[in-house]
Amino acid sequence: MSGNGTRPMARIVGVDVGGTFTDLVYLDAALPGGLALAKVPTSLDNQAGGVMAALEAAGVDTATLDQIVHGTTTTTNALLERKVARTGLITTKGFRDVLELGRRTRPTSYGLTGHFEPLIPRELRLEVAERMDADGEVLTPLDEAGVAAAADALKDAGCEAVVIHFLHSYANPDHERRAEEIVRARWPQAEVTAGSAILSEFREYERGTTAAVNATVQPVLRRYLKRLTDRLSDGGYARTLLVMQGNGGTISAERAADQAVNTVMSGPASGVMAAAYTARAAGFANVLTYDMGGTSSDVGLIIDGIPSIHSELDLEYGMPIHVPMVDVHTIGAGGGSIASVDASGLLKVGPESAGAVPGPICYARGGTRPTITDANLVLGRLDPARLLSVDNPVSLDDVRARIVEAVGAPLGLSADAAAAAILRVANDRMAGAIRMVSLSKGHDPRDFVLFAFGGAGPLHATALARELAVPTVVVPARPGITNAIGCAVADLRHDFVNTLNTPLEALDIAGVHALFAEQEAEGRALLDAEGVALASVEIRRSVDMQFLGQSHILQVPLDTATPSLDDLARLFAAAYWERFAVDLPEIRPVLVNLHTAVLGHRPAVPLAQLAASNDRAATVADAQETTRDVWFEDGGWQVTPIYRRERLPEGAAFDGPAIVAQFDSTTVIEPGQSARLDDFGNLLVSVALLQ
Amino acid sequence: MTGPAALSRDPHPAIDPITLTVIQNGLQQVCNEMDLAFSRAAFSPVISETHDRSDGIYHRDDGALIAQGEDGLPVFVGTMQDCCATVIERARNLQPGDVYIVNDPYLGGTHLMDVKFVKPFFYKGELFCWLANTGHWPDTGGAVPGGFSASATEVEQEGLRLPPVKLYKAGAIDEEILSIINSNIRIADQRIGDIKAQAAALTVGERRLTLLLDRYGADTVDRAIAEMRVRAAQQMRAKIAAVPDGVYESTAIVDSDGVVNEPLTIALALTIRGEEAHFDLSRSSPPCQGPMNSVIATTRSSVYLAMKHIYPDVAINAGTFEPLRIADPDGTFLYAKYPRPVSGCAAEVSQRIAEAVFAAMTRAVPDHLFAAPAGTSGNFSLGGTDPKTGRGYVCYLISGGGYGGHAGGDGISNGCSTIGISKTTPIEVVEQRYPILYEEYALREGSGGAGEHRGGFGVRYKVRLRRGNARASFVMDHGRVGPQGALGGADGAPNTVLVERGGESYTPLHLSKEQGISITEGDAITVQTPGGGGYGDPAKRDPALIERDRVREYYP
Repeated sequence: MSGNGTRPMARIVGVDVGGTFTDLVYLDAALPGGLALAKVPTSLDNQAGGVMAALEAAGVDTATLDQIVHGTTTTTNALLERKVARTGLITTKGFRDVLELGRRTRPTSYGLTGHFEPLIPRELRLEVAERMDADGEVLTPLDEAGVAAAADALKDAGCEAVVIHFLHSYANPDHERRAEEIVRARWPQAEVTAGSAILSEFREYERGTTAAVNATVQPVLRRYLKRLTDRLSDGGYARTLLVMQGNGGTISAERAADQAVNTVMSGPASGVMAAAYTARAAGFANVLTYDMGGTSSDVGLIIDGIPSIHSELDLEYGMPIHVPMVDVHTIGAGGGSIASVDASGLLKVGPESAGAVPGPICYARGGTRPTITDANLVLGRLDPARLLSVDNPVSLDDVRARIVEAVGAPLGLSADAAAAAILRVANDRMAGAIRMVSLSKGHDPRDFVLFAFGGAGPLHATALARELAVPTVVVPARPGITNAIGCAVADLRHDFVNTLNTPLEALDIAGVHALFAEQEAEGRALLDAEGVALASVEIRRSVDMQFLGQSHILQVPLDTATPSLDDLARLFAAAYWERFAVDLPEIRPVLVNLHTAVLGHRPAVPLAQLAASNDRAATVADAQETTRDVWFEDGGWQVTPIYRRERLPEGAAFDGPAIVAQFDSTTVIEPGQSARLDDFGNLLVSVALLQ
Repeated sequence: MTGPAALSRDPHPAIDPITLTVIQNGLQQVCNEMDLAFSRAAFSPVISETHDRSDGIYHRDDGALIAQGEDGLPVFVGTMQDCCATVIERARNLQPGDVYIVNDPYLGGTHLMDVKFVKPFFYKGELFCWLANTGHWPDTGGAVPGGFSASATEVEQEGLRLPPVKLYKAGAIDEEILSIINSNIRIADQRIGDIKAQAAALTVGERRLTLLLDRYGADTVDRAIAEMRVRAAQQMRAKIAAVPDGVYESTAIVDSDGVVNEPLTIALALTIRGEEAHFDLSRSSPPCQGPMNSVIATTRSSVYLAMKHIYPDVAINAGTFEPLRIADPDGTFLYAKYPRPVSGCAAEVSQRIAEAVFAAMTRAVPDHLFAAPAGTSGNFSLGGTDPKTGRGYVCYLISGGGYGGHAGGDGISNGCSTIGISKTTPIEVVEQRYPILYEEYALREGSGGAGEHRGGFGVRYKVRLRRGNARASFVMDHGRVGPQGALGGADGAPNTVLVERGGESYTPLHLSKEQGISITEGDAITVQTPGGGGYGDPAKRDPALIERDRVREYYP
């Protein structure tokens, strides 16, 4: 207890495992500056090793911690590498091949080759007699003995997990529930996923595949979390371990594996959550998030402080995952993306990536093909002295020669011009991705700030903002550990979906109100059971609607749990007009799904600590480390001051051109732009707009 | 000529390759957004779920293709530019907000169900280009619900034929034209949503293209378009130059025309000479009585898309097709003229033409190709009134089949039609909408042709009518012979149809085509789609893969 009687700030750790590094932020008022950070290599085979190493590196005493919040790529990696649990399927007679045939097309519009393997192989997909129709009426009763026999067969075949997936279970889940009981009773060790329990929406391939994703990664995640919680409790940690989910919220480790599919997109989600939290504190409600890493860039959208959520993602070709998650658009352009000239003489950047190994040429790990990072180096945006201080250095001239060879010569450009061209094409692709998530949804980029993070985001953000006409770029205090911060600030969250699929004119509105109430009550009960200290609980509701006869839906947010039929009709018509500029008074609207998100907000995290520094200079000029020649699209080479971020005085304001360097990132400020530090340590860059 | 004299002839300096890339990506994105808006706002599952539609940008002078959405149907690549050319020829008094509607097969079309919207795009008061899209309407009138009349003998029996007319005038829909359309098609009350969605997609394109022109200027974008066309042609020329010169012959067989039960032959003589490929189809069968005639736009487009499948990395615009010379196959069923019926051309004959191109190219560059894909869209339509709701319905379904094995591995199972990139409609959606119950939807075991790399598998499905009466029609193909194997691989299994009606079962006389089959509650239809051809000698197949296929029960 502190002397003045107020409750001391909780000791919180956010730890995020990425592809290359495990990042950790440790918030503790007792520490100098109130926090400690760690960045250690990710331990690929068992991520728990990296997590424990990060805790040690940051000097965390786990026994006194109040909360650890953890983001993990365990499930994503397991899926992409197909290192998943052996899983069986019990499904409706006549339909075992739905997961293999799907709705398939081919991987690309042109070219008739390609490859697809379902997550559950054919010999492990078994059928039982049962059938519902689209109204949920039983046409064939469930063959319970058949379910038992199938469970035994899958157990004998060495399965760890089972998916139960029946046609039209979204309309009537009785058969799936009964089958689940039978399987669990005979085979208590099995992980059992019923399709309708994960996703209560129609489209058998998407629902079945989402369930298969859940089941195949469930044992993998459960084992991993068991290893981690065991090691944490060995270190004395006695609280709930919270795990980040793709919906941007957290869940207790015990429950996380039950809905393992929800952790698949948790990495990108935690970045967006950190952006939302940080931007809201700084006074920005509408945010485009831009996270550029080594192999890809993620773009997200935050409206009125709330990250947009969607439920349709294809993790790869033929692997749809339909659960609520933060809507992040990923493109294959990162620092390691390779530049080349194609057969028609056009410059291409990505999606091919040099990855971490061999990596960009300048990393001197054997990379020979020019990447975005190499182009940034040649143009002075990255510091050659820092990047090239490796055992087996590659000279700047080597990098320039490779760029000329691969890009400059075929296009008739010098090394500088070729590097500039690489940046321009890469920026154009990234700007295109940002337009897709903003403009295509009817939003005007001028109403937004661009929140840039990831190791490479701040390098490109100001050029992108200029291209997109976004007036302000926000670079947070610690752009390189944003995902770990996202873990530290994320809410607890539980999502609920019920399908009604009923025209408004036939809708029992009292029933809708009752369902909303049930969803909320269930969510509150889950929050209570998790035993985490909460500052407040927030309920967000929306409905998915469509016009009668459509198959796609439009999400309509609600600000009440008791909407009237008129409210629903009016809000839907407005949302439809905004998206498509079409009004259809002649066609009846249908309410398809009800959504409730129950959020438990944890006590506020003091962000200003993230910018804490005991090394601040008295003036901006004193924070200048050196100057360097840097190339800019407008103006070419310019002698440019290089500032150390941690040396900049509080409230510093200065004009571009400038480079702000820090441990985990580099920010480029173009000529004509101006920058200042706000009260939270964010670097705000004002971008002069065209016209 | 070199030096200043040569340069001075060109009033415009060459566009730099970086700006070119940026503009090319920008135009592509405009088209992709039109595709997305159309599907998301559409009502008919054939557009919203199967994506049987396409959106693109076309040249203001001649309708030449500038860019097409990546998620659009490949077969529309060639036809939409011909269609735009027709509209341009006839267009009068153009105003912003005008939208032409057209589905006339003989004016740059496919079949009547593929309805095009063509819209002039104005930038700063001047016509800059045309935006157009095609959507497959579930019904456009005619003898049978869904338009796939397997035994039509003239186009009037296939449905309402619209020459280019302005459905929207300066942004307002022409209610009189709309009423003519609505009076001639089935389930007209549900069409207005699709019409508005189709027009809205073009509006989305208009907005996005305006932003692109604001950013780069009309002159620069114009020059980029011209340069993209030159480069695409160069790219295709480079590909053809790498193919050994020679004449390569191939054939492909259409089961029948649906009226006369005789096979139709597509006979292709492909001559590769330097950087050009000449396609001679003149020895193909004469025009047929039934609906398996192909209009010239579809014939050309089928050759284009086949070559694009072989060389998927070549950029796509009008330039891509310049080195592909297709002599008009006058006097054959591949150059249909009014009033020949054509409902089978877009989905079926087009795929046989592509198959002939693949087979000829396999002889030219065997290591680069693949065995034949299933090559039928499996068009199946069912129309009636559901006694439970009292409402009429037209259900239109397509199916995938196996793709051919290829140098890199086995063929894909249940791949979509060669000419499409459509998804199948979910069983749950079909059963919600129509009084149909699926009894099975399964991988068709044994259907992939044997080979070192075997063909992919087709599908077997059985649907039963739950209520009322209905009329079923299907226009499929590959019932007589399966998709061709390559380099010693076996052919894939042919398509089969079994009709169970009033307790008796039969296989249709024309195997893959029949129209207007009256069925009633309890009757059922079972379809098995073709498997892909095998690639290479089956004796060379990896024993581990043979064992894997055995465990998976891929072969009965």
